[in-house]
Amino acid sequence: MTQGDAVPTAAFDEMILDDGRPRPGLEALVGWMLEAPRATLKLRQADANVLFRRIGITFAVYGEGGDPERLIPFDIVPRVLLAREWAFLARGLEQRVKALNRFLDDVYHDGEIIAAGKVPERLVLLNKAYQPEMRGFDVPGRVYTHIAGIDVVRTGPEDFYVLEDNTRTPSGVSYMLQNREVMMRLFPDLFNRHRIAPVEHYPDDLRKTLQSVAPPACPGEPTVVVLSPGLYNSAYYEHTFLADKMGVELVEGQDLFVKDNAVFMRTTRGPQRVDVIYRRIDDAFLDPLTFRSDSTLGVPGLMNVYRAGGVTLANAIGGGVADDKAMYMYVPEMIRFYLGEEPLLKNVPTWWCEREDDARYVLDHLDELVVKEVAGSGGYGMLVGPKATPEERAAYAERIRAEPAEFIAQPTLALSSCPTYVADGYAPRHVDLRPFVLVGADKVRLVPGGLTRVAMRAGSLVVNSSQGGGTKDTWVLEDGGPDHA
Amino acid sequence: MLSRTAADLYWMGRYMERAESLARILEVGYRMSQTPDSDGTGTSRNEWESTAVAAGCVAGLAEKYGDATLDSVIRHLVLDEDNPSSIQSCLKTARTNGRAVRPALTAESWESLNDSWLDFTANWQRSLGRDNILAFLEWVKARTTLFRGATLGTMVRDEAFSFVELGTFIERADNTARILDVKYHVVLPAGEAVGGPRDYYQWATLLRSVSALGSYHWIYRDSIQPWLVAELLILRPEMPRSLIFALSQVRACLDAITSAHKQNYNCLRLAGRLHAEIGYAKIEDIIRSGLHEYLSEFLARNDALGNEIAADFHFYQ
Repeated sequence: MTQGDAVPTAAFDEMILDDGRPRPGLEALVGWMLEAPRATLKLRQADANVLFRRIGITFAVYGEGGDPERLIPFDIVPRVLLAREWAFLARGLEQRVKALNRFLDDVYHDGEIIAAGKVPERLVLLNKAYQPEMRGFDVPGRVYTHIAGIDVVRTGPEDFYVLEDNTRTPSGVSYMLQNREVMMRLFPDLFNRHRIAPVEHYPDDLRKTLQSVAPPACPGEPTVVVLSPGLYNSAYYEHTFLADKMGVELVEGQDLFVKDNAVFMRTTRGPQRVDVIYRRIDDAFLDPLTFRSDSTLGVPGLMNVYRAGGVTLANAIGGGVADDKAMYMYVPEMIRFYLGEEPLLKNVPTWWCEREDDARYVLDHLDELVVKEVAGSGGYGMLVGPKATPEERAAYAERIRAEPAEFIAQPTLALSSCPTYVADGYAPRHVDLRPFVLVGADKVRLVPGGLTRVAMRAGSLVVNSSQGGGTKDTWVLEDGGPDHA
Repeated sequence: MLSRTAADLYWMGRYMERAESLARILEVGYRMSQTPDSDGTGTSRNEWESTAVAAGCVAGLAEKYGDATLDSVIRHLVLDEDNPSSIQSCLKTARTNGRAVRPALTAESWESLNDSWLDFTANWQRSLGRDNILAFLEWVKARTTLFRGATLGTMVRDEAFSFVELGTFIERADNTARILDVKYHVVLPAGEAVGGPRDYYQWATLLRSVSALGSYHWIYRDSIQPWLVAELLILRPEMPRSLIFALSQVRACLDAITSAHKQNYNCLRLAGRLHAEIGYAKIEDIIRSGLHEYLSEFLARNDALGNEIAADFHFYQ
């Protein structure tokens, strides 16, 4: 494969217009980029790598040999959103996450959306992520997805598409924060010349969000903990980072125990009660008494305390039913049904192979489509049709025929690109955006921007860090341009 | 604080201290092996064997590599992943412990641990041999000193800090007692001179291994007397590697940790008694009743103290 056969040729560039001029509002940044001596940039890029390695920000990648503590490539060129673009995105994101929460509350209670025929019942009830244990149980504030990561791609100046919703345990926010930290250390002058919306308050927002959903019976200030599977989890660094920045304990299953309908952590001073658990462990591993009995990561009896209102889990158990790739198709419908509004953010047209017509179309057009596993995540197990070999497509077609309901397909979008610093200077690379939406019992909180992921290989559309993607600092320019004041 | 966090901090402190002690012990062994008459003539055990004894690794070494030589010592005491007390294992375990409690550490403490391990794997692990062992040991001492400095200079004096210190000084007491014990059989009655120049040299290197040669001269203004060396390393409170110093630090840490709650801790009692007994001991009595016996008993009681600490703070549920 060569650089020339990149799929979408007419990609929208987020920084540079077709005629080579900077987009309005970005003149100062582009000017700086062009003036900065090549040698300095090279040095800064190297400094960035040293900083990340030293701080210990690495990401474990499984099953590929090599360095198990891999550094996620960081690009020194920021990705910029103008304030008005972000304002629109933020409204769209809030709308979407509100609808997802209403949907989860609904499917674990009366199932009105199913009764109204807007979402197929079997898609909900037969979903592997649907947890019958949650039926009829009122979670505090009726919030299920407290922390949502919504993956957004852009194809034009005003065209934002949601690629997928992550309503379970989305990760990456620590990279968003560290990218900003590193950028400010490397290029303080850039931050003097632009009015960039801060993101540093995310951990405070997260703590407030979590405290807002403490069990109603909790007296005084709720004790929040972060529950991690431990050192060998790929996102462990993030777990420690968030606990540290929030000023709360980072616990593992072995540190917690259940007694008298409450959860306690083992401390050097004896047991201490826990009110809210920000868990970064999948549902199936949370409680060996209710879910997988072979799990050593969870806390026996946790589910009972949870259902009795003795502790709050964030995100709630069973939230995965809202974010699989088949349910994705129905999110615009959820927004109309629950909120009575038109969706602000677009959905990518999606074919679901469970439907015969769709399956036929997908199999006939494999060379044009991106095919994904309904329950997959992290970019594993997907087929990028235009880039696959005929043999790969044939093999994938077999898998689709065997289990059609497990696959969806989407057109390959002309993902926007952003100049990126590569070996021989700046080159356009495709980017996406994962903003993080915090939903508390009191309100919805968003920090400006999010995590920008970039496909470091020329022409590649796969931005997942597990697949070699990198990240950029994401700027929301508060006055839409350089500060001339 | 979480019990698991406390345990990780404690062991992090212990393993960094152990890495440092090991580097010191190996350095002494290397210097001794460089003396002209050190090829084993006339003595029953060579320097490398006593090095392994001092490190508490003699059985493992014999079993896996046979004779104690420079090469086998480097393999077992420095690089052996199966030996939990090899320098490599110490650095790795300390870093793993530190990583597990990253939020409890300052950036400086964590980065010193993390950098040490990364530097070790990148620059030493594959190239280590007899030619660069001395440079490596210098590097270990520099890295552990950096960690110690970062911890002392940046960590808030809270429970986390106290557990790191607790591990450090329990380990230091253990190591000093071991180093001294290696030479027990040549300790002479008070007042008698040391034997030959080689013997003198061995005592000097022993002192050097705990950075106490200069201190010895300052404190005693005398030629090296074995019983004074024993006094320095057991009873002198101004000597930072003496047993009494280590135990007073252990007591201070335990007091700080337990001051906020009224429980009755066994470890507090054990530490207090051990500390007081050393505090009121006289070197003449210790030597008369046998230095080796004294040190053996101390090591057992220090071990028991470690176990009691683990039990009192619920390290292993």
